[in-house]
Amino acid sequence: MNKPLRRVGLAMMVMVLLLLANLTYVQVIKADTYASDPSNRRSLLEEYSRQRGQIVSSTGTILANSVETKDSQRFLRQYPNGAMYAPITGYYSSLYGASGIESAEDDVLNGSSPKLFVRRLSDLITGRDPRGGNVKVTIDPKAQAAAYNAMTAKGYTGSVVAIKPSTGEILAMVSTPSYDPNPLSSHSSTDQSKLMDQLNKDQNQSGMNRAIREKLPPGSTFKLVVGAAALSNGTADATTPSLPADASITLPGTSTPLANFANQACPESSNNQVSMTVAMKYSCNTAFSTLAGKVGKDNLIAQAAKFGIGQTDLSIPLSVVPSTVGSIPDQAALYQTGIGQRDVALTPLQDAVVAATIANGGVRMQPQLVKDILAPDMSSISSFSPEEAPGGPAVSKDVANQLRDMMIQSEQHTGGEGKVAGRVIASKTGTAEHGTTPKQTPPHAWYVAFTPADNQQIAVCVVVENGGDRGLAATGGSVAAGIGRATINAYLSGG
Amino acid sequence: MSLPPGVLGAATTHMNVSGQPSATPTRRGTELAMLGFVAGLVALALVVISENQTQSLNPNLLLYVGGYAVLCAGAHFAVRKFAPYADPLILPCAALLNGLSIAMLYRLDPVLALRAFNNGDSYSNAAPKQLIWTAVSLVVMTLTLWLVKDHRTLARYGYTFGLAGLFLLVLPGVLPCSISCAGGAKLWIILGPVSIQPGEFAKVLIIVFVAAFLVSKRDLFTIAGRKVLGLELPRLRDTGPLLIAWAVAIVVLMIEKELGASLMFFGTVLVMVYLATERSAWIWIGVVLFIGGATVAYKLFTHVQTRVTNWVDPFADAQNDGFQMVQSLFSLGSGGVAGSGWGAGHPELVPVIQSDFIVAAFGEELGFIGLAAMLLVYMLLAMRGLRSGLAVRDTFGKLLAGGLAFLLLWQVFVVVGGISKLIPQTGLTAPFLSAGGSSLIASYIMVALLLRISDAARRPQATRPKPQAPIAEANTVLVERPS
Repeated sequence: MNKPLRRVGLAMMVMVLLLLANLTYVQVIKADTYASDPSNRRSLLEEYSRQRGQIVSSTGTILANSVETKDSQRFLRQYPNGAMYAPITGYYSSLYGASGIESAEDDVLNGSSPKLFVRRLSDLITGRDPRGGNVKVTIDPKAQAAAYNAMTAKGYTGSVVAIKPSTGEILAMVSTPSYDPNPLSSHSSTDQSKLMDQLNKDQNQSGMNRAIREKLPPGSTFKLVVGAAALSNGTADATTPSLPADASITLPGTSTPLANFANQACPESSNNQVSMTVAMKYSCNTAFSTLAGKVGKDNLIAQAAKFGIGQTDLSIPLSVVPSTVGSIPDQAALYQTGIGQRDVALTPLQDAVVAATIANGGVRMQPQLVKDILAPDMSSISSFSPEEAPGGPAVSKDVANQLRDMMIQSEQHTGGEGKVAGRVIASKTGTAEHGTTPKQTPPHAWYVAFTPADNQQIAVCVVVENGGDRGLAATGGSVAAGIGRATINAYLSGG
Repeated sequence: MSLPPGVLGAATTHMNVSGQPSATPTRRGTELAMLGFVAGLVALALVVISENQTQSLNPNLLLYVGGYAVLCAGAHFAVRKFAPYADPLILPCAALLNGLSIAMLYRLDPVLALRAFNNGDSYSNAAPKQLIWTAVSLVVMTLTLWLVKDHRTLARYGYTFGLAGLFLLVLPGVLPCSISCAGGAKLWIILGPVSIQPGEFAKVLIIVFVAAFLVSKRDLFTIAGRKVLGLELPRLRDTGPLLIAWAVAIVVLMIEKELGASLMFFGTVLVMVYLATERSAWIWIGVVLFIGGATVAYKLFTHVQTRVTNWVDPFADAQNDGFQMVQSLFSLGSGGVAGSGWGAGHPELVPVIQSDFIVAAFGEELGFIGLAAMLLVYMLLAMRGLRSGLAVRDTFGKLLAGGLAFLLLWQVFVVVGGISKLIPQTGLTAPFLSAGGSSLIASYIMVALLLRISDAARRPQATRPKPQAPIAEANTVLVERPS
């Protein structure tokens, strides 16, 4: 019986050889195909087991970092001041992917960016675990905290954006109500899905970054754009009383009335005419809608575009929803557009850019959230350099200065909290109607402002949705101005 | 066969019954050294895993390393006492695979527990259970060695074993599904926390029966029938036993919805018939029967069709039916040549990784190199078993050893081939590697029988048997006339 036994032994060896040949095919020849297959979750998990870089503020405070854990995923992403910085950092979830800077600068943070190539090479040689690079954002923690705390203290829904006019660096970007990204980055999928469900069901859309993802009618803050168009095109000058002071006018071609705030005539009129400066100071709707009519649709759209309204590819590097002035089909629409109503819709970031552009002498700087890409050892790899927006200056320096002076007067006339003696602020408020029954819906309260002093510049935009805590009586001055000033003061007090 | 005196010592010179110093070394020292090496390897594996997973040494490692070493030592002394001349490599090979399995389960437990926790399920660690099952298995192995002092006694109870095996094989099939169904197959007897796969024991019992049966009826099968295409076919009526085995395999497939068990059963019986008859015609008849059975099964059962479809192209339905196969290939491919390192991969992404797909986990974390080495360990184990069959003097022992060795490697082939898409995947467990008591106990019973046969093969004869040439070949001798 030994002969068949030997043959069976041979057959068994052939079986093992077949297995080895097949394993060679699977594990050697096809290995890369299987390893890099998009539905193979290992590459994703590999990324999670690498120490992801930090996100730090412009002063170096940690907004997001990864700490080593004892469990299988090795590193846990943490957000020390999660809700306050959520619009900037975003979240980093194993189930839902990433958002914010976590997503926009993912290749730097996870260490795969070509910018980190040299460091990766040296990690390979020295045998250190590969680590991600760090991202330093332009955010000023004082401004961010002041804006966030001011918004949340009153339970406001809305957003605050602050920009350094000379560079376009975003100093604060607040969206309230916010959410804590920590549970989304936890290693428990239950925690992750619980928060995600909650965010998806949330009527207030806490998960949304309102500063760049939501556009709202800007109301009277849009008068800055109308004013800029009028001054640049010579339609009107700043001081000649040439605009109607009427409490109410009828929109051309219709019987629809358009009234000033509280249906009052514009003050400081002569022969029922007011200057642009006066109209700006008191935010007279009849004057500005008439002015918009005089400027004309094409000039107004062109001016808006120079401020960046309608730019579809803005990325800070988070993508920003394009703002719009609408199609302006007729003269009546143009009148309404002149006071920031009708189809005009700006993101808070866009409105802040308008203010920052005026503050910067008419030169619009590209808004930017990333200040520096840092190596794992925190040495700088590529730092942000200010960049002028394409298309040249939005307005001439002269026009910008005239607008600034009007805004300084407007600020003096505006109420609200937070005024500091000796600190000059140029501002414009807005109280924007919206909804299907505009007179019965609490308006959005806007406040755009900047500090004109030479070496301490900041431009802010505040929007508090649906009247904040004042309901129908809300105005830009009473609700939003205090928050804007608090942000400015916090930024400047620390210098 | 009684124990020779003095076998308890590690002495290289043994006294046999007749008091003469034995020329045959027991090789127990070799076995002990190999077991020590194996225990060291397993300890190293556990340390590497712990370092990779938690960057520290978990104190419970000591329990595993110590427990495993004690079990190895216990097994060694059992063999030393009950089968002193046994092959010195069989036990270390089995122990190595068993130890690697415990290490892999120890590595998988935290991730599987975490996943279960996240899903709100409960999970009880497989590694401690497997360590306990190892202890139970080694006790069963020792008992087998103690009870079966001479493997030839098994032949006497051939039919008893055969009936018991058949009973165990079909038992889960006839039991109500509530205590026999799990994972789409009807293979278990689930009694509270313990689930037994009687099929695992049935296959050993049936091999013993088949060996005994074939030995007793050996002449029957060698009678030549007609010659067709150069093959000497056996007479039709002599194909009865093989047809019965084939029928049983089909029935098992039908009622238990399990491809693997019937494949195991049929393949092994076929090879044993070939071993007994030395006629390759049986193989061809078997292949024809297999193709017939497989075609019928494919036509009748959707789960067989699914398995085949997944084998042809698992990526066609990668998220549902093909999921297991695709994940297994991802696991193996991601491991590549050198593997991700033990504890550094993600084998937990593969479904049923602790049992059916545990080989993929080894392939991922130890790479092609590690998995190839493990396959060679399997081959070494099977070859040592086969070698015992070659060396043993009795036909029953040869058949039994050949059958057991083939069964072991055949199962490895079906399992590893299944998870690496060489052949359609079946629900079989990898011997010594997969989590679970039944498979492990059955595997150690097989080891015990192989040890017993190798012990018989190498044990010096008490009285040197006169060379007995078969009567046909014997020289004509002068027969003394009775006075």
